[in-house]
Amino acid sequence: MLRSLSRISELPIVVRQLQKSASAAQGGLSKTSTNNNYATEATIEVNRPFKLHRLDEGPATTVKLTKDEALKYYTQMQTIRRIETAAGNLYKEKIIRGFCHLYSGQEACAVGMKAAMRDVDNIISAYRVHGWTYLMGVSPNGVLAELTGVQGGCARGKGGSMHMYSPNFYGGNGIVGAQVPLGAGVGLACKYKGNGGMCLALYGDGAANQGQVFEAYNMAYLWKLPVIFVCENNNYGMGTSSERASCNTDYYTRGDALPGIWVDGMDVLAVRSATEFAINYVNTHGPLVMETNTYRYSGHSMSDPGTSYRTREEIQEVRQKRDPITSFKELCIELGLITADEVKAIDLKVRKEIDEATAFAKSDAELAVSHLWTDVYSNNLEPKLRGPISYNLDHIQERKGVNH
Amino acid sequence: MTIPIAFSCVFVIEIIENQASFLDNASAGWMNTNDAVSGNGNLKKMNMFNAINNAMDLALQEDKTALLFGEDVGFGGVFRCSVNLRDKYGNDRVFNTPLCEQGIAGFAIGVANTGATAIAEIQFADYIFPSFDQIINEAAKYRYRSGGLFDCGSLTFRVPCGAVGHGALYHSQSPEGYFAHTPGLRVVIPRGPIKAKGLLLACIKDHNPCIVFEPKTLYRAAVEEVPTNFYTSELGKADILRKGNDLTLIGWGTQVHVLLEVADLSKKHLGIECEVIDLVSILPWDRNTICNSVRKTGRVIVAHEAPYTQGFGAELAACIQETCFLQLEAPVKRVTGWDTPFPHVFEPFYLPDKHRCLAAVREIFNY
Repeated sequence: MLRSLSRISELPIVVRQLQKSASAAQGGLSKTSTNNNYATEATIEVNRPFKLHRLDEGPATTVKLTKDEALKYYTQMQTIRRIETAAGNLYKEKIIRGFCHLYSGQEACAVGMKAAMRDVDNIISAYRVHGWTYLMGVSPNGVLAELTGVQGGCARGKGGSMHMYSPNFYGGNGIVGAQVPLGAGVGLACKYKGNGGMCLALYGDGAANQGQVFEAYNMAYLWKLPVIFVCENNNYGMGTSSERASCNTDYYTRGDALPGIWVDGMDVLAVRSATEFAINYVNTHGPLVMETNTYRYSGHSMSDPGTSYRTREEIQEVRQKRDPITSFKELCIELGLITADEVKAIDLKVRKEIDEATAFAKSDAELAVSHLWTDVYSNNLEPKLRGPISYNLDHIQERKGVNH
Repeated sequence: MTIPIAFSCVFVIEIIENQASFLDNASAGWMNTNDAVSGNGNLKKMNMFNAINNAMDLALQEDKTALLFGEDVGFGGVFRCSVNLRDKYGNDRVFNTPLCEQGIAGFAIGVANTGATAIAEIQFADYIFPSFDQIINEAAKYRYRSGGLFDCGSLTFRVPCGAVGHGALYHSQSPEGYFAHTPGLRVVIPRGPIKAKGLLLACIKDHNPCIVFEPKTLYRAAVEEVPTNFYTSELGKADILRKGNDLTLIGWGTQVHVLLEVADLSKKHLGIECEVIDLVSILPWDRNTICNSVRKTGRVIVAHEAPYTQGFGAELAACIQETCFLQLEAPVKRVTGWDTPFPHVFEPFYLPDKHRCLAAVREIFNY
């Protein structure tokens, strides 16, 4: 099933070395230890070099990838893609209503960052968080059910597309750029508590021009906070290309005194390597800016066909040449880390899981109406809700936050 | 918890009625309000976004200093209000800004400071808060703090607002109450195409910084015969849309259409003749029209989508009791969104819909 090695040069990642480890050394991996035809670990050189701003040294350009990691990243990326496809379809069926922003094309960013994150680390993001929600421990059921507004959703159907949360994941955010200072605050708390954690504060190239982003940079730098400001540059802020919206499209340099790293956001291993470096850096030196250069296949939201400000050919070209999932899959097959059969098995499993989650999201019940007035205040400053004429409605606190 | 029986019945009705989408309901519930138009000329069928587009077209044509900008405005904006205007007037007059509301507002104020005309769009009213400081502290106070030397009177913000069906927390809010607290600003809200064009042109012409909150669910809700020429609607003037002697109903924007339906239902089921008033201008508001009506009817209900506490209904209620205390037969009632964040799936229960308004009509007569 191995393809010719010449194919590799067309891939975004070049294979420098291929290691086959002895079965004895990989005793824990029964699959590989019993099958010496396949590699259990490979060493890979990141193809598109990192760009650095105010840094003498950058992330490792030679990275290791084990078979287990390869299977995991592929499964995660494929699951995110499937969730987004299902979300798009549910929206077209008018089962998801309102606002819905898809992450398809950007999967390697989230999966790469998550791969480097430790248990003590945190993340906050904005509009495109369905994939992040899944990576941070919410099942596809919980994600899709939140989108359809039913009680099985991770915010019980009360939030919807941009409003999903889980422990260490401070959510999406509906106000462009508003999450960035929050992320700096989470970083401040990490430093104060001394738990060794840090926060990834994500925003897009559109939000990169909000004033509060720069306020957050400044404070984080002054106080040496463990924050990685991550600009996921998908080239378009809503319908405006980054060139038209930003005086400087090298987003990794826009922190001024803050060091920066540019990374190919379509390459999961490059993102992982950069994030590993950044986590270490921010915990010892203070904040930096990381730009993940990526691409979104869909429009900004479901009401944007995404083709009025860019060509169909452009989208098609990225899909064919830079797709993060296809390129990673091909690389892993070339390296012998994953077989075509394994890929097929994962694809089937993921499809089944998302199909079931879709069915659940369609069939689960909505939350009872009394939840309209739950969780407005902690301990309910006033016992009764104001506003509803003649109905004496008690404020109810339903659940204690995960942060207490 | 147990829900009172009357309450749950209302919800059952709502659940049945809300099977159709909100937009369908809005268009089904659309009431033609027969706007009196000060201008003459040809009439053309337009929905609200067409009418706003037409107004901006005329403004850009007439006033060479006028500039139009905001997020994605160059492409026509997310609600298509500025469609084709960049082609017609060029990149240097109609253009996209980066996503930075505070910058957009400050920039617009600076443009207006020079005497040029700025028409700035904040894409959703929910996004206006980053620019709140600029609007409240810069725009509203410029004239006063410079002793009348400078102003930014030729400034108009267009701001889509209000419930739209499934907008959830950050695409649904009605923040008019926040701005009503700020002397120096004008705040208006149209109920349909004719009014939207007239108000927008009046705001552009007016020598004060103005905010036009445009209920976004009305952009495509219905078509009216809109004059194609330049005309303005009077700012600061409420419109009596239906005469009645028993009860005054006051609303603005989308809620006007709900109240017109409530007036029909009240007449049909309760034999009550309602006077329906569109407040139109939130700041300054038309005390005379409101108080004259209340003195006649003795009963008044104010309804708005924004939450109850410190919603603009509170100001109306306070003023009405101050002015019309002896004529009132019952306390002023407010039917509003509740004091919760704007909910996602519970939107139909949050909004002051016809059922809740009708319940208030019954109650005010049983006082």
